[in-house]
Amino acid sequence: MKRRKERIDRGIKARSQDIFALSSWREMLYLAGPRLLPVLICLLLPLILGVYWQKVLMSVAVFAILAISWDILAQSGMISLGQALFFGTGAYCSGIMNHYWGLSPLLTLPIAAICGGLISTLLLLPVLRLRGVYFSMVTLIIPLMLVRVIEATKVFGGTEGLSGMDPLPSTAFEVYLIVILLLAVLFGFRRLMDSDYGLVLKGISDNDRSVINAGINIYWFKAQALFIAASIAAFAGAFMTHVYMFVGMPVFALDYSILPIAAAVVGGPGTLAGSVVGAFILVPLSEVLRGIGGLRIVFYGVFLVVCIVALPEGIFHYIQRKYHQIERWVEVEK
Amino acid sequence: MSLPLLETVHLSKSFGGVQALYDVSFTLKEGELLGVIGPNGSGKTTLVNLITRFVKPTSGEVLYRGNPIHHLSPHKIVRLGIARTFQMVRPFYQLPAFKNMIIPLYSPRAKGLVGGRYGDRNAMALDLLEEVGFERDSFVAYKPAGALPQGYLKRLELAKAIALQPDLVILDELFSGLSLAEVASIVPIIEKMRIQGKTIIMIEHRLRELFRIADRVIVMNYGSKIADGPPDTIMEDEAVKSAYLGSETDSGD
Repeated sequence: MKRRKERIDRGIKARSQDIFALSSWREMLYLAGPRLLPVLICLLLPLILGVYWQKVLMSVAVFAILAISWDILAQSGMISLGQALFFGTGAYCSGIMNHYWGLSPLLTLPIAAICGGLISTLLLLPVLRLRGVYFSMVTLIIPLMLVRVIEATKVFGGTEGLSGMDPLPSTAFEVYLIVILLLAVLFGFRRLMDSDYGLVLKGISDNDRSVINAGINIYWFKAQALFIAASIAAFAGAFMTHVYMFVGMPVFALDYSILPIAAAVVGGPGTLAGSVVGAFILVPLSEVLRGIGGLRIVFYGVFLVVCIVALPEGIFHYIQRKYHQIERWVEVEK
Repeated sequence: MSLPLLETVHLSKSFGGVQALYDVSFTLKEGELLGVIGPNGSGKTTLVNLITRFVKPTSGEVLYRGNPIHHLSPHKIVRLGIARTFQMVRPFYQLPAFKNMIIPLYSPRAKGLVGGRYGDRNAMALDLLEEVGFERDSFVAYKPAGALPQGYLKRLELAKAIALQPDLVILDELFSGLSLAEVASIVPIIEKMRIQGKTIIMIEHRLRELFRIADRVIVMNYGSKIADGPPDTIMEDEAVKSAYLGSETDSGD
């Protein structure tokens, strides 16, 4: 007797997709629950956590933003291996503005986000025409190259970096700033990617010829997606500059490129929410594993492999499916 | 009105050592339905790719309303009013059929329309799909594109081209892979486009259906144009017969 797994949408899902969802509390909760839960967690966590774990939470939020930025690019058909480029240019932009010109962090953060986004976009503009692995290779090289440029020309403090930045008003302000930004980015860009504009971006990654064939300039759209993704990552970089009160060559390190990709892949690419789930698992995990010393990376690696083998679709897709569908075994004839 | 809508002048293309298209010149009058036929690999699709500039010509010119367009990028050519369909249909399989219409409706070409970039695109998409035979009562336009038969996917491709309000439509093997009944149901859509004054180029292998609707037919073989004329004369042409049936002294080489 052969059996196969059958998946059926929950009745409540079919009903709550309509305007009629407003007719019962249960259905409204079914829809709003998964959206309210992360908001509540993010807003309440800083109240519970101690100072050390608040720092970890900031790090989680920063990596989650970098992962969302990676996911936006990936959905638009650009696989970036150089999130550190966006992060680093943002970090240096705010560092320079604060160190040399004495601008307040509240000004440098937004300006650095826009400038960092612009600089990164301009740097990558010539390679927008490259597809697939060729684009990825260039994004991987540019941050590594910038490190050498800073080292060789000794600009912006050279190997020593710039220190003595103005801090943000308080730790609570820092945590809530980055957490609220994370939520805004998550929900805002999820909505954007679901809109018709997002559909055009996804169309470029899926079949760029059919998008060109609609008279749409795909390089203009790709540049826009690149600017959006680079800007939010640059904000994260600028934020870290003011948290550490220091900016130096480590902001272009490979960690900032690779960890966001791991977070997005473990969490589930193509959803943005998966990136956040991934960051919330991977970053604290790495902190917890710190206790076991040298074997940390091994455990970390094993966890990544297990995740990708067992849940290749990503954790978020898995949870989403369980939430919306009932699974049962049915007997197949013969 | 003496100026041709489209003209190619000594158009050639070689990929490395392979001469895909060799010295092709033809003109197209406004409102004409031009058929392009030829055996596999004779350069028909290359010709389309050169006109729409998906491929850069090695030499020669493409003139649209008397202006050279072979140096423009492909999306600019679409904006001039040249729309094409692809031989291989690749819709968004998981999305409903009408959502597939969003990308052409987002085009600058459709910007001024009520259902264009700043309007109600979903309603416009459903209207356009109804025009190409997605019956509104059957809700077929709401089905995921992956669940549709080939005939509907080709209609979807056609609707995507119509959404761009083109003056010149290039249909690349629209009928291939379709049953006789499906072809018969698409022919009226093409005839309707002609009544609306659109100029059409049809690349086709289905000669019987093509010869019935075409004003003029160009025959390609080994990258060259070997015949050009009304369907009746083409059918009698010796060079065409040998290209299709094969002969000891292969012409056009």
